[in-house]
Formats: sequence, structure tokens, C-alpha cells
Amino acid sequence: MNVTIVDYQSGNISSVINSFTEVAKGKANLEVTSDIKKIKFSDKIILPGQGSFKSCVDSLNQIKGLVDTLQEFAMTNKKPLLGICVGLQMFADIGYEEAETKGLGWISGKVSKIDNQKGKFKLPHIGWNEIEIQKESKIFKDIKNKSHMYFVHSYEFIPEDKSVISAITTYSSKIVCSVERDNLFGTQFHPEKSDKIGLKVIENFLKL
Amino acid sequence: MLKNRIIPCLDVKDGRVVKGINFVELKDAGDPVEQAKIYSDGGADEICFLDITASNENRETIIDIVRKTAKECFVPLTVGGGVRTIQNITDLLLAGADKVSINTAAVKNVDFVKEASKKFGSQCIVVAIDAKKVSDNKWEVFTHGGRNKTGIDAVEFAQKVEENGAGEILLTSMDKDGTKSGYDVDLLKTITNNTNIPVIASGGVGTLDHLYDGIVKGGASAVLAASIFHYGEYKIKDAKEYLNSKNVSVRL
Repeated sequence: MNVTIVDYQSGNISSVINSFTEVAKGKANLEVTSDIKKIKFSDKIILPGQGSFKSCVDSLNQIKGLVDTLQEFAMTNKKPLLGICVGLQMFADIGYEEAETKGLGWISGKVSKIDNQKGKFKLPHIGWNEIEIQKESKIFKDIKNKSHMYFVHSYEFIPEDKSVISAITTYSSKIVCSVERDNLFGTQFHPEKSDKIGLKVIENFLKL
Repeated sequence: MLKNRIIPCLDVKDGRVVKGINFVELKDAGDPVEQAKIYSDGGADEICFLDITASNENRETIIDIVRKTAKECFVPLTVGGGVRTIQNITDLLLAGADKVSINTAAVKNVDFVKEASKKFGSQCIVVAIDAKKVSDNKWEVFTHGGRNKTGIDAVEFAQKVEENGAGEILLTSMDKDGTKSGYDVDLLKTITNNTNIPVIASGGVGTLDHLYDGIVKGGASAVLAASIFHYGEYKIKDAKEYLNSKNVSVRL
């Protein structure tokens, strides 16, 4: 099995590489690349994302043919893709961080700033929070409800179709922390930084 | 519910841990990678390395340590000490650090914080503020481990780094650091009340009760401690169980 972590200069992806390398040992070939040909022939894709929604979308667009290739992979060929943090947020139609920016439009919805109730809650939402599982999800196999995952973000994905939500977490409000629709998976939290339980999420994705 | 974080900090000099843990299971008490792994396995919510190497020539050493640690610990890793340039940050992040902590360079030039957070995202930029009490309810920013007075008000500076994109503040009381008499709770309270980003409390922890004070009385989002964990007086688990027993929510 060939698994690709898309390296589109979206900031620091070392931790994603380290954790997937750890889990994939002897189970999958891991590539870290933005080479479109390699992405096309992958079995699975991980789309990480750090920094702002806008900077990530801009970086994706800077690599010629990348967005189309991802679109074909995930939407036409329906092969498994996991978006992490801003990687998930980019599934949306639109994001409002820095400037109004068009997303990939794979799952209808928007990405807006977390309502921190006029400063009552600190932002970014940093640290370990419990996931409240909303529906059975393949990447949560053998993961208990209320497990802790590591978060760091100030913006949240609000999908129109709530049935895609596989887990939420409670901060200043209920925040979508993972989605699943057919072959599309996304986590707002960082499985790569969420200790053993996070590695389990990665393992589940690799086992799909 | 978001949990309060417990962050053990390891002081590293020329590639070796300065104050080592006395755990029996340790093969090499000075090996930062091994110690970080013990903390991570023990339930640390994050790991912090503070590089106190004096010379610039030895920067490769800390990078190598980060690289090795990041392959074994899958919790967030923060690295501070001598972070002065964008290239320093790039090197640490590429090696596997998740956040860097900027101290003197932020005081010298707050635009550096702006530049760094713009380039790498606020999520990985921590500004470390060393503050010393100068009068009632007034604290000043110091650099160089408390030796150099800057004349900058700590509250104003904290607000300024927030405006410039810092994701978190690591606040150390220079009056309390090393005393084991507890955090400067007034300082913490003042900073947490006047900023909107998470504050990590540091400097002065001697007992588990001090951790409680930092979170509950000081309003810190995370508590950092070095020696109480280094010398094996308490394990991370002890700290978490204690806090939990006093109704402070932690990741157990």
C-alpha cells in the first residue's frame, strides 16, 4: 500500500511524518511529496495543514495541478483521504481566516473563528480535550468515547450537513472535531500529537 | 472540556540534561531523549526543552536531540533557548519541534514575533516572558536569566506579543524561579486577566499544591515544572491524580 503525505509547504509537517512513519513501519510505503504523479498512484492521502486557512489554500494552489489531482483522487476516484487541522478545514467551501478564501468545496460549509464569548475563553483552543463521538467512524475503531486528543486552533469547520460530523468537542461551544463522509476523513485535532490514542487513529486510517 | 496541561521542562546544556531525574529505570541520567520518553510515557501533556548552551556553535546538538525525541514522543514538543532567527525556528521545526519559545529576541524586537507567527502560524510561537516584581502589582521584563533589566512593563509586553501573533505565553517569575516556594500567583493572575491567549505558569514549583495554585488561583492554562519531576519527588501521574482529586480537570 502506498500512502502519501502531501507536502505543499504548509508549514511544519515533521510531526505528521514522524507519527505516520512510526505506525506505517512494515505495513505501508510512506511518501512525503507534492509530486502529482506519485499522488495519483497513491492508495491513501494525508493532507496536513498548519498556519492560516488562506496560507494553506494559497500554498495548494501554487503547485500546478495539485488541487485537480486531489479532487480527482478524493471526489472522482473516491480513495481515502485524511485531512488534519487546516487540512480538514480546507474541505469547506469558504474560510474567513485572514481574508475570505475559497476552499476545496468537498464538504459544504464554512470555517469561521471560534466564538470565545467575548474573551471568556482563551484562543487558540490549545491542549487536550475530549472527543464526543457522534456516529460510528472507521478511524475511531477501538477508540473510546471521551478519549483525549490534542487541539490547537482558533477557527472551526461548520459543515452544512451535520450528518458528516463524527465527533465534537466542547470548548466555548460545541466544536466539530472530526468528519467522515464515505472516503473523506478529517480531524480538527492532531492525531500525530495525541499520544498512543492518536497513533491508533492513524493506524485505523492506514488499515482502511 | 479542555484539560489543564502539565508540562515537564528539561534543561539541556551541551546535549546533556542539567538536572537529571533519579529514576532507577534510567540508563543514562543525562540523556534528554530518554528522559523525555519517560515523561511522555508517564502522561506528560507536552514536553519542553530549554537549551541553556552558552555557545552558538553547539546549536546542532539541540537539533539532534529534538530530532531523536520527536521520533519517540508523540506529544507536543516545545523548544526554547537561543531562538533568535527565522532560520533557528525553521531548523527546530524541521527537526520535529511543534513549538518554539522565543525570549530575548522577542524583547529586543517584537516584530520578530510577528514575522515568525506569520510564517509558521501562531500555534507554534510561544513567547517566554521572564518577569520580576518591581513594586506593588508591577512587574518588569528581564532577559538573560534575570540579569538584564529592560524597563519594559510585563503586562504591556504580554499584550504586545499577543497582538503580534504569539500563540501562548510562557511566564516565569524570576523572583520565584528556583525557590520552590510556589508560583508568583499575583503576577500570573495579572497577566492571565489582561491577555486572551493561554498562559503557561513557570518558576517556583516545590509542591503539587503549587500546581493547583497556578491553575486555580493564577488562571494558567498549563503549568510547567522542572525540578519536582527531575528529582523524582513526584511523577507526572502523581501531579495529575492530585489535581484531579481537587477537582481540577486533567488528562488522566
